[in-house]
Amino acid sequence: MSQKEKNISSKIDFNQDERLQKVSKLRLLLNRPELGALGGAILVFIFFGIIAGDSGMFSAYGILNFLDVSSNLGIIAIAAAMLMIGGEFDLSIGSMIGFAGICIAIPAIYWGWPLWMSIIFAFSMAVLVGYFNGLLVVKTGLPSFIVTLAMLFILRGATLAFTRLITGRTQVPGLSVLIENDPIAWIFATDTFKWFFTWLGSMNLIAMRTDGLPLASGIPISVIWFIALTILATWILMKTRYGNWIFASGGDKNGATNVGVPVGKVKIGLFIGTAVASTIFACIQVLDAGSADTMRGNLKELEAIAAAVVGGCLLTGGYGSAIGAALGAIIFGTVSMGIFYTDVDTDWFKVFLGAMMLLAVVFNNYIRKKVTESK
Amino acid sequence: MSEYLIQFNNISKFFGKVIALKDVTMKLRKGEIMCLLGDNGAGKSTLIKTLAGVYKPDEGEIIFEGNKIVFDSPKDALDIGIGTVYQDLALVSLMSVTRNFFMGREPQKGVSFFKTFDIEKANKIAAERMGQIGIDIRDPSQAVGTMSGGERQCLAISRAIYFGAKVLVLDEPTSALGVHQASMVLKYIVKAAANGLAVILITHNVHHAYPVGNSFTVLNRGKSLGTFQKKDISREELLSMMAGGEELNKLEVELKEMDRLNS
Repeated sequence: MSQKEKNISSKIDFNQDERLQKVSKLRLLLNRPELGALGGAILVFIFFGIIAGDSGMFSAYGILNFLDVSSNLGIIAIAAAMLMIGGEFDLSIGSMIGFAGICIAIPAIYWGWPLWMSIIFAFSMAVLVGYFNGLLVVKTGLPSFIVTLAMLFILRGATLAFTRLITGRTQVPGLSVLIENDPIAWIFATDTFKWFFTWLGSMNLIAMRTDGLPLASGIPISVIWFIALTILATWILMKTRYGNWIFASGGDKNGATNVGVPVGKVKIGLFIGTAVASTIFACIQVLDAGSADTMRGNLKELEAIAAAVVGGCLLTGGYGSAIGAALGAIIFGTVSMGIFYTDVDTDWFKVFLGAMMLLAVVFNNYIRKKVTESK
Repeated sequence: MSEYLIQFNNISKFFGKVIALKDVTMKLRKGEIMCLLGDNGAGKSTLIKTLAGVYKPDEGEIIFEGNKIVFDSPKDALDIGIGTVYQDLALVSLMSVTRNFFMGREPQKGVSFFKTFDIEKANKIAAERMGQIGIDIRDPSQAVGTMSGGERQCLAISRAIYFGAKVLVLDEPTSALGVHQASMVLKYIVKAAANGLAVILITHNVHHAYPVGNSFTVLNRGKSLGTFQKKDISREELLSMMAGGEELNKLEVELKEMDRLNS
């Protein structure tokens, strides 16, 4: 090393930038993506607590009712949120729900497959559809909005056409009897914690039916799925290497590629995730209703994206949280059910949904500016 | 073992009929900062990509620690210790300092399916590394977007060093920065070299290059105009060589002529 260099290196002192401000605790909290959704959820509960508090909405039966609706939406909203964080959209969620339902019903009813085999078949198809969506987006570089919009039409059309071709109608009923002795159908079709509700009923803590069983018979399986998926998604996003890759892929595709993140694989995985979540949704609904409908899941993709956005996901990717999306789903589910307990005409629900989403986008945009603003 | 850490001997790169690089030779010792100067279109980008393993040179050889090497992919270059920091820095502004620092190379703990990203360890290392540069990030979970341009550049360089770079290739690290920020980055580069790294600093700004460089290679239209030690060349000479001194002289004459006609 020359004398000159030594002089330079010894003289280095990195003064702290005097313009750095101390970051307050509040600011740190504001940086969490789910903050807006948390505030929204609290407001919704206060609102219905005041105007519908004594209407039965918050009885055991009422709570399970809106939790069930929230949970169903939440299952797809969480997958949609993860995909959005990874920088892509999936508009084919709703069509995938209808398609998966038919994939279960037709083999089980018309081809004589055991129910568990049909369910596995539906999930295999979901993986294929998700893989195809992802591969198409990654390989062509086209916006996922367009690719999955095409898939929305293709899947819904194919579902309708095949069903009519095979069955001559658009609905396939008769699944209820198959659930009874099936080895895996219970994963999607049981009320859980029944003993707890029976006990609550015997203690006269919750309302009973005339036949002596509690009105709310147990926690719907959708709620269990919803909670499990929220935990799983949050764990993946926050605690694993794969989670970091999801944020990186959505935040800056080129940058992520340059440092060795397998962006293509990450995105394909996330597309498979939304298709599989749609199939879980379909299993729960189809087995609950006992029939598959080709129109099932119509427009659900938009509700899922709305819940993810309310939950703090940025439309441009790289930012968001699974807990936020879960809260978004709870807000929508609670309002859509709660509105029945009020004097408000249910027609207003969509107005609320739209207004809530607008508000969320404005709020999120503000937050993003705060987070990324340069000194 | 040769006295040079890395040598690029007579590197040429052709794209069809276009000669992007012709017979470019550079040699670097440990602790040396070589500035690669050139105007737009001089072949800087091609040379960087050749150094980083993106392109294979059509002629010439790369000798690293005395052994001839061939890169088949950017990963090969990374693995032997050539760390390239591109102009876009490969940083995601919405992600935290730690998550950016370890992006794609996250430390893990636990077993098989339950392996988790060891965020505590990562936070600690990131804060430590940034502290060494004098960037006090009280909270390594703050978003990179809140950092200044100079700090981001330092983060990207620091990351390359942490992951084992022996030769740092820096693409225009000061081009988008103000004077204060640029000097912060240049100080860090000098410090990195003092710790034994070889640095190739690519820039078109002689004023940033001259104070920190030990030697200067000037590229013009794909050819090297030579490598000069600092003692052998002045800032003005470098500048005129880089811009094509002749052209500037011609311009001066033309302007004088216009002045004469106008008056």
